[in-house]
Amino acid sequence: MGLWTNLSAGVRGLFRKRQAEQELDDELGDFLEKSTAEKMRAGMSREEAHRAARLEMGGVEAVKEGVRSASWETHFETLWSDLRFGARLLRFNPVFAGAAILSLALGIGANTAIFQLLDAVRLRTLPVKNPQEIARVAIEQRGGRSGDFTSRYSDLTYALWVEIHAQQQGFSNIFAWSPTQFNIAPRGEVHNVQGMWVSGEFFQTLGVEPALGRFLNSADDTEGCSPGGAVISYSFWQREFGGDRSAIGRALTLNRRPFEIVGVAPADFYGVEVGRKFDVAVPVCTEPAIMGEDSQMKSRSGWWLASMGRLKPGWTLERATAQLQAISPAIFEATLPADYNPENSKRFLTFRLGAFSADSGVSDLRKDNEQPLLLLLTLSGLVLLIASANLANLMLARASAREKEMGLRMAVGAGRGRLIRQLLAESLLLATIGAILGSLLAHNLSLLLVASLSTQNNPLFVELGADWRVFGFTAALAVLTCILFGLAPALRATSVNPGVVLKESSRGTTDGHRRFGLRRILVVSQIALSLTLLVGALLFARSLAKLSSVETGFRQTGILVTDVDFSSLKLSNEGRASFGHDLLSRMRAIPGVESAATVATVPLSGDEEFHDILPGISEPLEDQNPVSAFNHISPGFFQTLQTPLLAGRDFNDHDVAGSPLVAIVNETMARKILKTGNPVGTNFRVRRLSKISGPFEIVGLVKDTKYGDLREEPLPIAYLPIQQSPRPEQDSQILIHSNLPLSELTSAVKEAVNSAHSGLDLSFFGFHTMIEERLLGERLMAKLSGFFGALAVVLAVIGLYGVISYMVARRRNEIGIRMSLGADRRSIIRLVLRECVLLLSIGLACGVALALVASRAASSLLFGLKPHDPATLAMATLILAAIALAASYVPASRASKVDPVVALRNE
Amino acid sequence: MIDTSATLVQGTLDMLILKTLALEPLHGWGISQRIQQLSRGVFEVNPGSLFPAFRRLERAGVLECEWRTSENNRRAKYYSLTKMGRQKLRSETKEWERQVAAIARILQTAS
Repeated sequence: MGLWTNLSAGVRGLFRKRQAEQELDDELGDFLEKSTAEKMRAGMSREEAHRAARLEMGGVEAVKEGVRSASWETHFETLWSDLRFGARLLRFNPVFAGAAILSLALGIGANTAIFQLLDAVRLRTLPVKNPQEIARVAIEQRGGRSGDFTSRYSDLTYALWVEIHAQQQGFSNIFAWSPTQFNIAPRGEVHNVQGMWVSGEFFQTLGVEPALGRFLNSADDTEGCSPGGAVISYSFWQREFGGDRSAIGRALTLNRRPFEIVGVAPADFYGVEVGRKFDVAVPVCTEPAIMGEDSQMKSRSGWWLASMGRLKPGWTLERATAQLQAISPAIFEATLPADYNPENSKRFLTFRLGAFSADSGVSDLRKDNEQPLLLLLTLSGLVLLIASANLANLMLARASAREKEMGLRMAVGAGRGRLIRQLLAESLLLATIGAILGSLLAHNLSLLLVASLSTQNNPLFVELGADWRVFGFTAALAVLTCILFGLAPALRATSVNPGVVLKESSRGTTDGHRRFGLRRILVVSQIALSLTLLVGALLFARSLAKLSSVETGFRQTGILVTDVDFSSLKLSNEGRASFGHDLLSRMRAIPGVESAATVATVPLSGDEEFHDILPGISEPLEDQNPVSAFNHISPGFFQTLQTPLLAGRDFNDHDVAGSPLVAIVNETMARKILKTGNPVGTNFRVRRLSKISGPFEIVGLVKDTKYGDLREEPLPIAYLPIQQSPRPEQDSQILIHSNLPLSELTSAVKEAVNSAHSGLDLSFFGFHTMIEERLLGERLMAKLSGFFGALAVVLAVIGLYGVISYMVARRRNEIGIRMSLGADRRSIIRLVLRECVLLLSIGLACGVALALVASRAASSLLFGLKPHDPATLAMATLILAAIALAASYVPASRASKVDPVVALRNE
Repeated sequence: MIDTSATLVQGTLDMLILKTLALEPLHGWGISQRIQQLSRGVFEVNPGSLFPAFRRLERAGVLECEWRTSENNRRAKYYSLTKMGRQKLRSETKEWERQVAAIARILQTAS
């Protein structure tokens, strides 16, 4: 109650200030009058009594001040007047204010933007009811699984999911889901959208309500169901149907199967995967119908589902995990894939299920980008630190300019604490404006960042709203920078001795080192920090350059990848092989096409296929068989990609089903697995899970190429003729090399495909573009760290320039005297530059040490470079030194042009 | 007039003000006179500490005030105790007596 009285009285006092003052006046007046009357009764004259009463009171104003300081709202008023005073000062120095606010806004903006991203992918919870109850069910062991992995979250097989669903007890509701892509074009060129397979309990478990229509439920998800209902996302509804309510009940073609839209998800529901957004969700049971013979549902070694559940009240993750572990042996026993070999089976039976926290959903984005984001946050934090140091430097310069003012104010009785408060209010004002502008900037920056990581095939979606965490972060940054750049100068400015300052003439001869040390330390640390950032920027830029120029072993430019899906023709195995062959011939016949080849796994596309190799014709199995990457290709593949054939021959049109099985291997395979320089004529067999095929006779040897990733060491690769594949695919990926313009080529390809059969699904992408997009993260990292590095150098150089100019200004008299005594221009320049070189060399030495320590954090993100790469360090040091020297040459040469007469007369 | 009176022990001014107001509502001058009278001139309260104390106690919710017309037909601010003020006075008096007794005991043994 006391607090409330105090608060309300204080607020009343603030708003009815005049009345409060009037009452205070009245009360004291009343007191004085009574006191006077009393004294007159004791025999004094009126004047005497009045005087005595006033004396006794000891100054009406002092008493009033005492009363005011007994109430908190006064501090508020002082702060307000301090802020007004600060604003006035800043208005008088627009250049200073502008520079300060701009550098703060950039620094705070960059930090907030990156924090916002980190917040969005890392800290935010799912947009569902009670997200803390949601957990992911997965195998506790990492790795060791064999089979086909066909989604971003391949946690479970369908058989495992069925068992888990039936036997788990810790979850009130549990669902399975899998991200996928659906082609929504009824025919012709493919139009892919982001899809999800969801089990019947998906929406019910998450507790979201449809914006329109109904959600899918358990009745929609029954084994062996035929295509039926689909739920679309709010944004898909807006985009494709313009938000028309009649979208419910309309037909939607997914991979040529007819579905009916039954409901629309709410606007804020993006799914359970942070960083992506679903467009269409259909029941898991429709997977066989949509995928046809590629369906994973019946395959016990097909990993494509992930599962999440809502914990029952009173159940913890530990308890749910314990229950899942208890049922694990039976579950894995019951779902053991029949095609596993003994090693696979043994490992499979050791697996245990567990429940993992998933309140913020799942995200491969998070896994991939958390470390770069943290690193970027550190980099931008350092930039902000440098910006703060710069501001501190400016404030210090202003502090020494205001020494007299401070001295005077202290001489007339201002308390030091009061002056510090006032100076800090000025810093607070700068920091606040900087933070406000910074957060405006941040939103656009983070949108830009997300947009530059997004590609057409891999669209990213990050929910970027400001929440309390982002707000708190920005506010904390503002306060921190304010203290960083405001406190030391404020302490310094008020530590003056009024007597000394007021006596001192402005005409010092040489500059005392008294007030200069702190500024030097600031500049040295700025140089050190900016060198670190510059080293980081150069490391990332050089790493990117190495990655982009890495020897892939094949030609990247001028190649169009065309994917023709002819599953709608429902061809037999023989029919597929001959249709694929026919398609390829038609491509080759297009005028302007120089070469073309069919390939099962486009290099560097992210698709991979690995199997065990058994060298020889019939050697017995070993415990550990070597593993090789595989690809299935048509004749002309190596010619199209310009991969040199080192020995033997390419596949030809006689290597077809029925003719002897042949293979081509790369150098690494020959050296590491077959242990021979020229394996042509030797044989090997292939084991896929428990199935052994072959032997294959090696007919050619090719140079090493990259397979799945630019960063990988050369892998053993075995190439098999696509025409000998026992189960030909129902689609053809054709690499076409041509010098035709892209639009001309694509329309010619469309025509050629249509001449084979009209209305087939087909899609295109550029081979080079695809490889470039694989480096998106690296490119962004290089760009951002380059931006931060450049910003840091600019700020540090401004700081150095400021200190050197300041020194020159302070030593004008000294320089004048030296010149009048016969010093020439060169010796003056040397005098000034000596200072700069001193600061620079200390700064660079500290910076090199710092960079050596700090760059270790980046080592895992670098390619082909050690974090302590000497060339990079030397380059960064040279660049910074050159820029810094150039910047300080300006004040040095100005100093040397000083007219001694003017300098000496100058007061 | 110079303040020759004994300096008040820290914190006791509040208690004296509360005690003075326990009888009847009073204005500032009245309170200072009453303290002087009751202490037989030992304590003379300086307005410079009296008025800030009023504000402090008022904010703490132990005093309340109202404007009345005083004897000489002037507006005067009268202070009175709130319920909380009476409680505070009781507890502080008790505490004070306890401390004085303790100090007295110490002084007696020391002699």
